[in-house]
Amino acid sequence: MATSTTAGDRILARLTSGSALFVVVLVALVAVFLTTRAIPALTQDSANFLFHRGFQVSTRPMMFGVLDLLWVTVISSVIALALAVPVAIGVALFITHYAPAALRKPVGHAIDLLAAIPSIVYGIWGIYVLAPHLEGVQRALYHLDFIPLFADEGIATGTIFDAGVVLAVMILPIITAISREVFQRTPRGHIEAAWALGATRWEMIRTAVLPYGRAGVVSGAMLGLGRALGETIAVMLILTKPADGAPFSWSIFGGGQTFASLIGLNMQEANGRLETGAYIAAGLVLFVLTFAVNAAARAVVNRKQVS
Amino acid sequence: MTQWIKDYQSACPEATISYSGGGSGQGITDFTSKQVDFAGSDAALDASKGEVAKAAAACASPTIDLPMVTGPIAIGYNIKGVSDLTLTPELTAKIFTGKITTWNDPAIAAANTGVSLPSIKITVFNRSDQSGTTQNFERYLAASAPGVWTSKPSKQWAGIGQGKKGNQLVGQAVQSTDGSIAYVEWAYAIQNNLAQAKIDNGAGPVELTADSVGKTIATAKVAPNGPGDLTLELDYATKEQGAYPIVLVTYEIVCSKYADARTGALVKSFMSYLASPEAQQSVHNLGYAALPDSVQRQVQAEIAKIS
Repeated sequence: MATSTTAGDRILARLTSGSALFVVVLVALVAVFLTTRAIPALTQDSANFLFHRGFQVSTRPMMFGVLDLLWVTVISSVIALALAVPVAIGVALFITHYAPAALRKPVGHAIDLLAAIPSIVYGIWGIYVLAPHLEGVQRALYHLDFIPLFADEGIATGTIFDAGVVLAVMILPIITAISREVFQRTPRGHIEAAWALGATRWEMIRTAVLPYGRAGVVSGAMLGLGRALGETIAVMLILTKPADGAPFSWSIFGGGQTFASLIGLNMQEANGRLETGAYIAAGLVLFVLTFAVNAAARAVVNRKQVS
Repeated sequence: MTQWIKDYQSACPEATISYSGGGSGQGITDFTSKQVDFAGSDAALDASKGEVAKAAAACASPTIDLPMVTGPIAIGYNIKGVSDLTLTPELTAKIFTGKITTWNDPAIAAANTGVSLPSIKITVFNRSDQSGTTQNFERYLAASAPGVWTSKPSKQWAGIGQGKKGNQLVGQAVQSTDGSIAYVEWAYAIQNNLAQAKIDNGAGPVELTADSVGKTIATAKVAPNGPGDLTLELDYATKEQGAYPIVLVTYEIVCSKYADARTGALVKSFMSYLASPEAQQSVHNLGYAALPDSVQRQVQAEIAKIS
C-alpha cells in the first residue's frame, strides 16, 4: 500500500473488502442460525442422528437420522456428475476446437439456455416424460443385478436413477461453460508446439488442451455437484418414497429422499419449533456436506496447479 | 376455495379476500398468531394440542369450527380387465399394510364373487408429502379395521407402498401401472380416469357419489369444542345403508366475535356465501361434495351469530 492513493482508490478498497466481509459474515450467520435451531431438536432425538435410517418427527419421542438421506443425496449427485462431466467436456471441446465458426455461438447459447429452464419444469418433464422412457434402460441394467447398485426394487418410474439423469441435464450448462472458458485459454504456444510435433487434432487436445484445462473442469464439476446436492423441487417431484421401515437398498433403481426433497416435502406441515428444528438439522448436514465438497474441490485444484 | 373467492368477489367487488394456500398446519398457526382472520383446514382445531385455547386467546372470544365442504377420498385402482371391485375395511387395511400382496388372494375373491382377478402383484401408491388426505384415510382404517391397522393416524403415511408427491402424481402413477391401487382425493380419481373401488362396511357395496357421501356426513354427530362449535365426529365404521364412509371434512375456522366490527361483518358475509346452496353446488364439479341440508342449516344458523 506504499503507492500513492486517491480518494477513489480508498473508497473502492473499502467497498470491495466490505462486500467480501459481508459474504463471509452471511455464511457464518446461516451456520449459526442452522446450528441454534437444530440443537434443541437434536437433544430430543432418541435415535442416532447420523446412523438412524428413518425420519419420524410428528410423534414423541422423535426418532430421526440422516443415513438414508445421505446415501440418496450423494448417489443421485454422483450419477448426475458421471453423466454430465463427459458430455460437458465433449461439448466444450466441440465449441472450442471442432465447430466451424458459424456453429460456435448457437451451440453455446443452446447449452446456456438449459440453465434458464426453471427446476420445476425439469421436475415435471422428468417424471411425466423422461422417466417412462428410462424404464427400458432400467430393465436392461437389471441383467447386471449381481451388482447391488442395479437391483430391481419394483419401482417403475421415479427412481434415484431418474432423478440423477434429470440432475445431469440441469448441471450440464455450468460445467460446460467453465470447461469452455478454460479450454479457450489454452496458451497458443502449447497448441502450436503440439502441431509442430506432427500431432493430430486429438493428440493436440490430449497433450495440450486437456492437461491445461483439468483444474477448470474439476472446479466446474464441483459447482455442478453443489447444485445437484441441493436441488429440491425437481427431485421432490421425481423421487418415489419407499415405505417407512423398508429394508435398506444400495440400488440406484430404488426410491428415497434427498436432504432437500425431505425438507421440501415436509416443512410446510411441520408443527412447532422442535419438528422444524429436526428438518433444520437435516439442512445443517446438507450445508456441511456442500461445504466439504467445495473444500475438497479447492484442494484438488490447488494441488494440480502446484504440480 | 379459489373458485369460491372468485365467485364471491365478482358478486361483492368492494371486499378483498386474500387466501394463501399453505398446508392445514400453516393455516392454524397463522390463525392463532393473528395473521389471518379466518383459516381453512382439513381438521378442526385440536383441543389436546392446545389449539382451541390458543385460537380463542387470539380472537378474545370463543372460536368456531364450521364444516364447509366434504372431500371424499376414493380408492382408485388399475387392474386390466377389472372394472368392478369391492373392498371391505379389513381387505383395504390388509392391502395397504402389505398383508395381502396379490390380486387373486382368496380373501379379495370372497368379497368379489363373479369377478375374475388376475394373479398379479398388488402395487400400492401413497403420498410422499404430509397430507390431510393421508390422515383421514388412516382414520378410516383405524376406526373400521382396528385389528389390522394399528398405527395412530397422522399426516405421514404409515402403511406400505411407493410414495409420490401430491394427489396428481399418485393418480398418474396408478393410471400408468397395471395392478396398482391408491387412495386419492375424489377429484384426482376422476381426472385420471381411475376405476374406483366400492366400499362394503357391512351393509353392502357402496359406490362413491355425492349422495352416498352426504349420507355419511348426515349421520355424523356434532362434537363441539365449545359453545357454537360445529366440529363433526364422523362414524367411519358406519353401517348405514348406502353411505360411503371414507370422507374428509374441511373446516373454516372463525372467531365468534371480531375485535374489528368491519372484519366481523366481512367474514360473516363471506361465510354465509360459502354455506349458501348455490356455492355448495358449485364445488360439486371440482370433486367435492356439498354438505347435507341438515348440516348446512346448522352452519348457517351459527354464521348468523358471528359479529
